[in-house]
Amino acid sequence: MILIRVIGLTLLLLLGMLSPSNAAEADLRAIVTKFATASNFSAIEAVVHELAATGDTAVERPLGALAEGDLYVRKTDSQVFIGKEGGGSVELLDPLSGEKSGDAAKGEITKIKVNNTLRRAVRDALGTLTLGAKDPAARIAAADTMFKTPDATNIEPLDAAIASETVASVKALLEQARAASVLASDRPEADKLAAIALIGARGDRNALSLLTSVEANSEGAVKDAATAAIANINSTLALWDAGQNIWYGISLGSVLLLAAIGLAITFGVMGVINMAHGEMVMLGAYTTFVVQEVIRNSFPGLFDWSLVIALPLAFLVAALVGLVIERGVIRFLYGRPLETLLATWGVSLILQQAVRTIFGPTNQEVGNPSWMSGSFDIGQLAVTWNRLWILVFALGVFAVLLYVMKRTPWGLQMRAVTANRRMAASMGIRTPWVDALTFALGSGIAGIAGVALSQIDNVSPNLGRGYIIDSFMVVVFGGVGNLWGTLVGAFSLGIVNKFLEPYAGAVLGKIVVLVLIILFIQKRPRGLFALKGRSVEA
Amino acid sequence: MRGSFSTITKMFSASVVTAGLLTSVPAKAADDTIKVGILHSLSGTMAISETTLKDAMLMLIEEQNAKGGLLGKKLEAVVVDPASNWPLFAEKARELISKDKVAAVFGCWTSVSRKSVLPVFSELDNILFYPVQYEGEESERNVFYTGAAPNQQAIPAVDYLMSEDGGSVKRWVLEGTDYVYPRTTNKILEAYLKAKGVAAEDIMVNYTPFGFSDWQTEVSTIKKFGSAGKKTAVVSTVNGDANVPFYKELGNQGIKAEDIPVMAFSVGEEELAGLDTAPLVGHLAAWNYFQSIDTPENAKFIADWHKFIKNDKRTTNDPMEAHYVGFNMWVKAVEKAGTTDPDKVIDAVVGVSVPNLTGGYSTMMPNHHITKPVLIGEIQADGQFETVSQTPGLVMGDEWSDYLADSKDLISDWRAPLSCGNFNVATGKCGGKGTN
Repeated sequence: MILIRVIGLTLLLLLGMLSPSNAAEADLRAIVTKFATASNFSAIEAVVHELAATGDTAVERPLGALAEGDLYVRKTDSQVFIGKEGGGSVELLDPLSGEKSGDAAKGEITKIKVNNTLRRAVRDALGTLTLGAKDPAARIAAADTMFKTPDATNIEPLDAAIASETVASVKALLEQARAASVLASDRPEADKLAAIALIGARGDRNALSLLTSVEANSEGAVKDAATAAIANINSTLALWDAGQNIWYGISLGSVLLLAAIGLAITFGVMGVINMAHGEMVMLGAYTTFVVQEVIRNSFPGLFDWSLVIALPLAFLVAALVGLVIERGVIRFLYGRPLETLLATWGVSLILQQAVRTIFGPTNQEVGNPSWMSGSFDIGQLAVTWNRLWILVFALGVFAVLLYVMKRTPWGLQMRAVTANRRMAASMGIRTPWVDALTFALGSGIAGIAGVALSQIDNVSPNLGRGYIIDSFMVVVFGGVGNLWGTLVGAFSLGIVNKFLEPYAGAVLGKIVVLVLIILFIQKRPRGLFALKGRSVEA
Repeated sequence: MRGSFSTITKMFSASVVTAGLLTSVPAKAADDTIKVGILHSLSGTMAISETTLKDAMLMLIEEQNAKGGLLGKKLEAVVVDPASNWPLFAEKARELISKDKVAAVFGCWTSVSRKSVLPVFSELDNILFYPVQYEGEESERNVFYTGAAPNQQAIPAVDYLMSEDGGSVKRWVLEGTDYVYPRTTNKILEAYLKAKGVAAEDIMVNYTPFGFSDWQTEVSTIKKFGSAGKKTAVVSTVNGDANVPFYKELGNQGIKAEDIPVMAFSVGEEELAGLDTAPLVGHLAAWNYFQSIDTPENAKFIADWHKFIKNDKRTTNDPMEAHYVGFNMWVKAVEKAGTTDPDKVIDAVVGVSVPNLTGGYSTMMPNHHITKPVLIGEIQADGQFETVSQTPGLVMGDEWSDYLADSKDLISDWRAPLSCGNFNVATGKCGGKGTN
């Protein structure tokens, strides 16, 4: 620990000695001021290149701000500042030192516009400059940028960086970036072949992209080596593709499971064709939105906890609405499935329009907490955090529900009423209450599914519409009345769908899945896991 | 099963509609007012987009009344709800024209709803102002298209991506929702790209269903297609609700605009309002109007809108501007003709010029399409667009695409003596594609 600090301090001191004198800063300032007079994107790009050419790390600040769209010009004196927006005015910071230098109203300054080409230019420029950064993540980013934009002039700085690099994984990336640059240079063939071997070993899509362009622009042994390396990468990637399809299938399956699991109770266990199920999901999603709004306005620090807070609330809201629906409508219609279907369909329309009236017809923004954003790589497989959490969550909900059904007195009563209502009643079970609570439980589960789905879908009054058909498909396919059937049904439909999608396309894939289910139901009318017992005959 | 479902849908939506009608339409039929029909879905899937347009129209009518009305009479809005149900659009259009005797109708969003009302408008001879960008390949006497034709949006957008500023794109993914607008637009774009020398293997076309929400496979396919060593871009005609999960997946899988930009034709400020836009900065959209446009007209329009809707956060968007332009054109044409009689107004509208919100004038052309500037904008962290490119002048809407074999010889001119929406210049006859 002490050793690291000492090294860090020495590095800082060294940097201090290397950092430019005041005269150099005046030069930089002169260049930065040119942003004010640059009239179009290519002129701004020229200034970026000029700044990068100084090789001074102090340009990181203005360039970074430019890429973020935070660089402004003051109209009165054409001075360039970094602006931080807050309320009605903009706080101005010095572009080089970052010190505060006054405020300005929005009308007094103009933003320096950036486009993708400029952002790319800034990224490339910063890549070379941040090669010696203290933070390994910045060095990794630099190596990555230089790998994507190989240039013969990069070899020397990379050599220097490799020599002084202490972290093995960063060193490997730097060497790959150097190899990419070697391929773009006029170094001897042997060097290039070694570079291709190194890049081939990297084996990801960026390597493939690079080698493809090398293959197209070279000849002889280099071209052959590139072709061989490409073939090699492609065959490994094909394996990863299969793994990726399985993962996507599991992920889609978990979404289907979440959407269907509440229905597995209301439709599967109780036999109510509940067309308002999707709207319970929507209510859960809107609860999440309201919770996030409150947190945004009053307790911004709690934002990462918003979903955890929303879960019990969504359950309660949806369960309560479910209870009202059961007591108000459905209990009068038991044993009349077609009328239940019509009535719940009507209820679903009422709920949709009510939400539309209260919250407006447009999408509401539900943010992802930081722990649900972004992705990580397993080999060549990109796993997004939100999908992973939804999978974990779906399995958790399933486990809890299974426990409630199989291990609690309430679950026992529920199953007893399903199996034989009159017998259960004569044993002293208040069947109407069990019905109401079962329906509320199914609705509540749909509500917490809505919390999860708000993370991947848009929160609008139509949210539920998209899931109702899929949910019924899963429950019917898995076997009505069987929770395990719903689990297996959801995951098998998800995986089949995702394996078909790359070949047949999303539209045809969905049709094929539907046809397969219809054929399957012809063969096994009661689904994968048929429930045996009296209730089926009744 | 399916049959009964749709009957149920109709039954319920019809009852919802009647309930809505009873409250929103005053029963008295006064002679001192001019009625204007508003035909936008206020319930169902399309309510998300169309409700805003209904409100925009109500605002425009209110403002016109505050200015003293039209021809000395007050304007009266007649709002109906076709409930995102395409056949109901035709029924409601008939009701507006025959029963409410409206002078003109402003409405429709999807192409299928427009196609559904076309026969009603030509049979009962009334006027429809259609405010949404669409696939072209149509020109009707009774319809005025104030949204963009493909050459006012799609073609300039692709040109921008091909230019040095746009990143000199060499490889193209055409991603769309599976219905008529994306399919026709992509057909035009494919022909255009091939004419520009893009090889067939550098174009990938893919369609997804309406409301699609699981984009994992599509986004990773795009990633794969983009790793062939050539600059790649996605041209997206993905519609409505499906966009939010699409952009979320792009952000999560780390596709940055600097590497693979997505150019969208159906994503506006309204769609972005439901989204955390920080990971999307730099992705593009092509429109004829952005809320961020800095002109006095636009500043006033936005201020009026916020005041009317009583919510400072509500955004404005391109179809709203199209209604703004279309409504003002109609007002001017009625003043010019001195009557609201549709036949006279149809002749009077052609050639009318009104200010648009981007600081210029839009003119109604003889093909019933208007002139517009084409803007390319990049998504910003605050959910607005920053204009990065603008066509030097106004672009005239071209209804029959020059890049499709069966429509390249067709032109439209509704002025006498030609008065034809599909005149074939090769055969010299009126009537080609589109004549039924």
